Amino acid sequence: MRYERKNIFVIHQYKNNGYNIVMDVNSGSIHVVDDIVYDVIPLAEQLVKEGIRDLDTVTAAVEACQKLSFSHEEVREAVSEVLQLAKDGALFTEDIYEPYIDSFKNRQTVVKALCLHIAHDCNLACQYCFAEEGEYHGRRALMSFEVGKKALDFLVANSGNRVNLEVDFFGGEPLMNWQVVKDLVAYGRSLEEPHNKKFRFTLTTNGVLLNDEILEFANKEMSNVVLSIDGRKEVHDRMRPFRGGQGSYDLIVPKFQKVAESRDQMNYYVRGTFTRNNMDFAEDVKHLADLGFKQISVEPVVADPKEPYALQEEDIPKLLEEYDKLAVELLKRHKEGKGVNFFHFMIDLRGGPCVAKRLSGCGSGTEYLAVTPWGDFYPCHQFVGNEKFLLGNVDDGILRTDIVDEFKCCNVYAKEKCRKCFAKFYCSGGCAANSYNCHGNINDAYDLGCELQKKRVECAIMIKAALADEEE
Amino acid sequence: MKHIKTLTTRNLKESMKKGGCGECQTSCQSACKTSCTVGNQSCEKAK
Repeated sequence: MRYERKNIFVIHQYKNNGYNIVMDVNSGSIHVVDDIVYDVIPLAEQLVKEGIRDLDTVTAAVEACQKLSFSHEEVREAVSEVLQLAKDGALFTEDIYEPYIDSFKNRQTVVKALCLHIAHDCNLACQYCFAEEGEYHGRRALMSFEVGKKALDFLVANSGNRVNLEVDFFGGEPLMNWQVVKDLVAYGRSLEEPHNKKFRFTLTTNGVLLNDEILEFANKEMSNVVLSIDGRKEVHDRMRPFRGGQGSYDLIVPKFQKVAESRDQMNYYVRGTFTRNNMDFAEDVKHLADLGFKQISVEPVVADPKEPYALQEEDIPKLLEEYDKLAVELLKRHKEGKGVNFFHFMIDLRGGPCVAKRLSGCGSGTEYLAVTPWGDFYPCHQFVGNEKFLLGNVDDGILRTDIVDEFKCCNVYAKEKCRKCFAKFYCSGGCAANSYNCHGNINDAYDLGCELQKKRVECAIMIKAALADEEE
Repeated sequence: MKHIKTLTTRNLKESMKKGGCGECQTSCQSACKTSCTVGNQSCEKAK
């Protein structure tokens, strides 16, 4: 029997910034508890697993198996509340999703997002670039309008009844092929009404070529703009120099500030990468906030472990501490009325994704494809250049349905490391490319990334708990 | 409850019944591009 494993509760308890937090992963419930309940829950869990839910029996057993520094009345009251949560389906809930995974694997998927590699070329020489200065292990190239047009046609034709379609203009540096971006936006708009579609365009740029004309167009047409900047000047310039070696910080900061203001501080991100060179990355987030940016994303570098700037396992404690520090700092700023949105601490508890989405993960290779300048399809931008993952092209469509099927089956239950992980419904099994780069297959997990992800989820929930306190 | 405060969360079990419309954002399209972040996204129907 494949699904005989009963009573797989996933309870995660942790303390952060003075909050005791208990996550019941299978129901999605999150509780902020006092010290008694925090101690009682792991003891009660064992009994509930055995089917014992009687208040007096559980209380006696809890008191017998551990000397708690609370009175009998207090323990009994705490146990009573714990059992009530269990009765309400908010604690000790079982995993009911796994049996559905077979039907899930057979689901009909549609393509709803494309990452268009408008330019495999770049005017910066960022040291950590997974695109290798825009070239992606290949040749320099710009996407022609014809190729882009075919890609958009493919998207519309393969999107079934999905209305919202996403197209990211990515690179290299997409502003090096700006006319084609503009022409493709116009073409995409012309497809909307006849096909009942709505395009959401995103532009990712290093800012070097940004000017008023581009900004005006982007503000009219781009649902989101991602602006690459790493933080403090010395950090940014070290990793994001021009090809001649000089830094790009001074050129781009005023431009990015203008972009942020002109978009009313919404629907954009300044997006940085932190490396082993700046493990005090909270300082970079603070710096970006001090520059006036309200939408900030600063993320761990993805790099060959042999690179001197790559994050190492031994760095994990320091990095986790840094996230904790950042969470406290962001709460402080929020209370002072200077709040910013940090992408990796965003968590939508009330209106977050459904289970189907949480199971399907990022959608790479199925709902989401990357398109090279010459029209080849890959499962996502991070696989571009790896011929093993070449899926097809804009002329012939998807030729390697076997690879697509492999991505379709990639979910939290296909990954042994994810099964019992408390973060599985928040990260959805993590990044397939990171798993592949780390272990040579997409159904594993990038362990260092997992540790950071788990901490980010913990911090994000702690922030929610603190904000809920504030609301009272 | 005296000892427990429950944060308001989406009931995952319930979301099985009505979920899966697929209109939500693809996670890598937002800002990340190097890590999978799904829990921070919003359901298109809940907006």
